[in-house]
Amino acid sequence: MSVPLLQVDNLSKSFGGIQAVRDVSFTLEEGEIVGLIGPNGAGKTTLINLVTGVFPASSGKVTYRGEDVTGQRPFQAARRGLARTFQIVQPFPAMTVLENVAAGALFAGAAASRAEAESAALAHLEFAGLAAQARRPAASLTLPSRKRLELAKSLAMKPKVLLLDEVNAGLNSSEIDHALALIRSIAARGITIIIVEHLMKVVLSLSQRILVLHHGELISAGRSEDVVKDPRVIEAYLGSKFAERQKKLARARTPA
Amino acid sequence: MKRLPYVLFALWMLALAASPFLASNYIVKIATFLAMYAALALSWNFIGGYAGYPSFSTAAFFGLGAYSGALMQNAGLWVGAAWVGAAIVTTVFAALLGFAILRMRGHYFAIASIALVEVLMLIASTWAGFTGGGEGLNVKIMPGGPNYIGRVFLYTMLCIMLAAFIATVLVDRGRLGFGLRCIQQNEDAADMVGVDVTRYKTAAFALSAVFCGAIGAAYASWVAYISPVDSFSILLTLKVPVMVLLGGPGTVFGPVIGSAAFVLMEETIWAKFLDYHQAILGVIIVLLIFFLPGGLLRLFSRRGAA
Repeated sequence: MSVPLLQVDNLSKSFGGIQAVRDVSFTLEEGEIVGLIGPNGAGKTTLINLVTGVFPASSGKVTYRGEDVTGQRPFQAARRGLARTFQIVQPFPAMTVLENVAAGALFAGAAASRAEAESAALAHLEFAGLAAQARRPAASLTLPSRKRLELAKSLAMKPKVLLLDEVNAGLNSSEIDHALALIRSIAARGITIIIVEHLMKVVLSLSQRILVLHHGELISAGRSEDVVKDPRVIEAYLGSKFAERQKKLARARTPA
Repeated sequence: MKRLPYVLFALWMLALAASPFLASNYIVKIATFLAMYAALALSWNFIGGYAGYPSFSTAAFFGLGAYSGALMQNAGLWVGAAWVGAAIVTTVFAALLGFAILRMRGHYFAIASIALVEVLMLIASTWAGFTGGGEGLNVKIMPGGPNYIGRVFLYTMLCIMLAAFIATVLVDRGRLGFGLRCIQQNEDAADMVGVDVTRYKTAAFALSAVFCGAIGAAYASWVAYISPVDSFSILLTLKVPVMVLLGGPGTVFGPVIGSAAFVLMEETIWAKFLDYHQAILGVIIVLLIFFLPGGLLRLFSRRGAA
């Protein structure tokens, strides 16, 4: 088998006495869309922060294209092609929408000059459907547009892997459909995607594979259809009582 | 590219440069101060305006430049070489210290940067064997009459001002300025977008020191006597940021306009209120925060001239 695009080995992170991520391992192959789910506080965002260098890991290893990148800083991750979006959008508020995206193109996307970065940025804005707002300050955008700005900015960084942290949080269902189409067309460009998401409709329709975190541990991983039937996953989401009942129901349904 | 502001700037430089031929020594002195404060304000603008880090280290750089220039000159170095040497010492100092204190943000950085001034002043006043201690340090007086010396320092300060201005224009248009503006807007997002924030901030801090160091050294030669309290003056460290805020932080022309407005106010109005002028400074700071957060430049263009 070839070298995986991203490999995470036994990654752990504790904040004081709290173990936010515990011994998590997974690999990511080129071109995949992988869903990362789990109840609130499961450690999904922390895991993304560890992979992109926002926090140093307490232990474990991150390998990207065969290179050990465990101690990298966020700007290094960005330049290597590991781009991420934030759950709470992080624009440069007083800059124009165009400048926001141009920053991604200039500092991580290897644009040679500001002029080149701006023309690349314009193309990404058109792709994200924001070209009309290019000259407006980023602070004036609505929430769905800001989410799209985050996407355009991370695309301008020419990523190999895109880590999307709840890009759909706070959107209504028609806005979500719009965002879904956008994510699909990003994947169609050959960009590998990890998507953190609460909405199962989104996760199931997008991802081929799902990772489930609970209390910082990876409790299940595999094909989407299998993972949603995994009793541990049902227990984590709906409680042990519900899981028991599901099991009984399943036993009753299967003829002895 | 809007050309008018550059033309006005060139005319302003010419007017300052022509002052010895047109006006009294008093006016020449004011012109020298105008150039000096413009350069100091342009320097602060790199870290305080573009990067948005509230630095109060101006006096630390100025004083360090004054002392290292004076010591080099007294050790027998030619004046010009001593000034360049002082600028280099100050820049290296800023780069090394910046690397450490720029990890702090907001109020913490502000306090650390002001502590730099205090610590250097304490060193200068206690290390008597090297710096002359509290008694201060005499610097060799330049040959030539007062008129000649006045002109030398006017043109020195003008050269430093021009250099600081050119550096500002280059930074403003280049990658560094763009990255610093990203840091000023949202440092975490800048990091995520691929800006090497530590290196960029350190570069901004070093840039804010280089011209201050040269000015300090030139100032020491000009007044021929320096003391710890004058060189590491808290008032200077507060005045320069106020000038930039008055003109428009993070802009090319803001520091020039702000420092000119401030110095002229100081000379015309405040000279009449010697007892109260620090209180007036306080009132100006408060008014600025409330009514002109973008500086005087905002009055001319609604979006703030870039």
